[in-house]
Amino acid sequence: MKTDISKERTMSAETAASDPAWAAHLVPWRKRTYAVIGMCVALVVVIAVATTVGSVSIPLSATVKVILSKLSFLQIAPTWQSGTDIIIMEIRLPRVILAGLVGAALGTAGATYQGLFRNPLADPYLIGVAQGASLGAVAGFLLPVTGSFLGMGVVPMFAFIGALGSMAVVYALARQGKSLPVTTLILAGVALSALLGSIVSYLIISSGDKMHSIVFWLMGSFSLSRWSDVRLVLPYMVIGIGVILLYSRPLNVMQLDEEQAQQLGINVERLKLVLLAAATLITAAAVSFVGTIGFVGIIIPHAVRLIWGADYRFLLPLSVLSSAIFLILADLIARTLLSPTEIPVGVVTALFGAPFFLYLLRRRRRVIF
Amino acid sequence: MIKIELENVSLGYHHRPVLSNLTFRVMPGEVVGMIGPNGSGKSTVIRALTRIISPLSGKILLNGRDLSMIDRQEIARMLGVVPQLPLLPSAFTGFEVVLMGRNPHLGLFAHETETDLEITWRAMEMTGTQALAKRSVGELSGGQIQCLLIARALAQQTEAVLLDEPTANLDIGRQIDVLDLIKRLCREQGLSVLAALHDLNLASQYCDRLVLISEGRLYGRGTPVEVVTPENIEAVYGADHCVYSHPVNGLPVVLVNGGGRLKNSEAKGAGV
Repeated sequence: MKTDISKERTMSAETAASDPAWAAHLVPWRKRTYAVIGMCVALVVVIAVATTVGSVSIPLSATVKVILSKLSFLQIAPTWQSGTDIIIMEIRLPRVILAGLVGAALGTAGATYQGLFRNPLADPYLIGVAQGASLGAVAGFLLPVTGSFLGMGVVPMFAFIGALGSMAVVYALARQGKSLPVTTLILAGVALSALLGSIVSYLIISSGDKMHSIVFWLMGSFSLSRWSDVRLVLPYMVIGIGVILLYSRPLNVMQLDEEQAQQLGINVERLKLVLLAAATLITAAAVSFVGTIGFVGIIIPHAVRLIWGADYRFLLPLSVLSSAIFLILADLIARTLLSPTEIPVGVVTALFGAPFFLYLLRRRRRVIF
Repeated sequence: MIKIELENVSLGYHHRPVLSNLTFRVMPGEVVGMIGPNGSGKSTVIRALTRIISPLSGKILLNGRDLSMIDRQEIARMLGVVPQLPLLPSAFTGFEVVLMGRNPHLGLFAHETETDLEITWRAMEMTGTQALAKRSVGELSGGQIQCLLIARALAQQTEAVLLDEPTANLDIGRQIDVLDLIKRLCREQGLSVLAALHDLNLASQYCDRLVLISEGRLYGRGTPVEVVTPENIEAVYGADHCVYSHPVNGLPVVLVNGGGRLKNSEAKGAGV
């Protein structure tokens, strides 16, 4: 035992002598890179587990086989019970994937807004996207319109239009010449949210027998998820999240303040515009299909900060992965806890997420913002 | 080698001029000090030189090129800035803040290489800030932050450096360390340095030339001996200062006549 310790000590002394002094600063980066890889693995495991668990019990091995059999280059003989593949491929998997995508979008958008506004209280709904989507969705429920457009039902389509519309109004109100002052943007967003919120509230209480489905939508649910939803949402998510991840180093520099960021070569106005557009688009796409799920977008980025630090080059990818995992698990609880009744997933996120976050907050003593 | 020129530049906010008809230049290998009372517009000049604000009229030239035509990232590769005590994001470490100085050299898709880390570390060694590398900047003192910001400007590896009150929060020993370092880099590498300074004595000790700004205009420029004169100091800062020659190097030294104004007003009060 003793020899082991001394050996270890000489080894670390050797590496310290041979490595340049700055090498010590690579250690946290390496740790966080491993964390990203670990979370990728965790995401795959969580997807498999969440697909297996449900009202009809299916063994994990069968689930994995069914999913793998759909990959054309693998030849797997069907050994599972009939109907299993339909439950997995047509009901559970699209739901799990959509939950993952929506989670990833909300977590990324939340982290981006927090970074852009340098404000820990920012969430994806801060500047009016959620209330715009809600108003659109309520209109979709109440108006005597049916049908679909490009595979999008009336409610998601109206919600999407509402979300982008409110964002456009906030942007137009906050813009001053060529610049977009962040404080004005937040205040315009908060005021417009309040305005739209009161209209939504009034419409809800006067909506009669549709009240239940509206409220259920507003709290968020994945119960109607289909592959067509996934196909519609996926391009927004890939492009939006991809763009945001590209800008993670400039977002670090933005944490100084706008003037210093400009002096370090950042085109601040362009950065704000690109990131706002990307974050808003993925938020709008997410909430349009599943409702305004709360908590994920504000708290998961902070949980990531508590565990892995505030460096956006790692914070953003880790928020993507953690939020996806978190929302898949939340939806799993939502559909299994009181089965066959479903709890709105927006209730589950805070009910189970808040205690976990508070635990992290007490345990870690890190400066998080 | 970078030459900074201001030609008849007027600066201001919301079309209201703060400074007008400013003409001076900073040549490679020279330290130019900007002195003047509070609010005279020293920081405004630095903001204009980094294109945070555009001149209301006149031209700013970097190596003969109009500043307004140069891309922001290219400006940041030519001009490093040490701002006056900004708030720093407290969740970042000293090393991470200095590393941000490498941003102008990195494209959107690039990430920091070992060379960037090495340059960053060398900048921290030069400014004696290695001990702050792992500490969160939220817990550092004003003087420590000042040194980190100087390290960041050095990590930026620019041939011109603008400093806004670089010594304001430093003790007298660190003031000399910092200004010695800047002066040495200026001499050895031909840096062009423009520093806004409050301390007239440091300004005349370290600067090759001074520009004195007051009441919205260039009040005087030249060597410290030409600018720091009893007449100029009294006109710009008021009476009760004495200008002497430094006993060792003969440069001007300004001493405060403490309580002079108090006695004057007491005398007036007695008269009433």
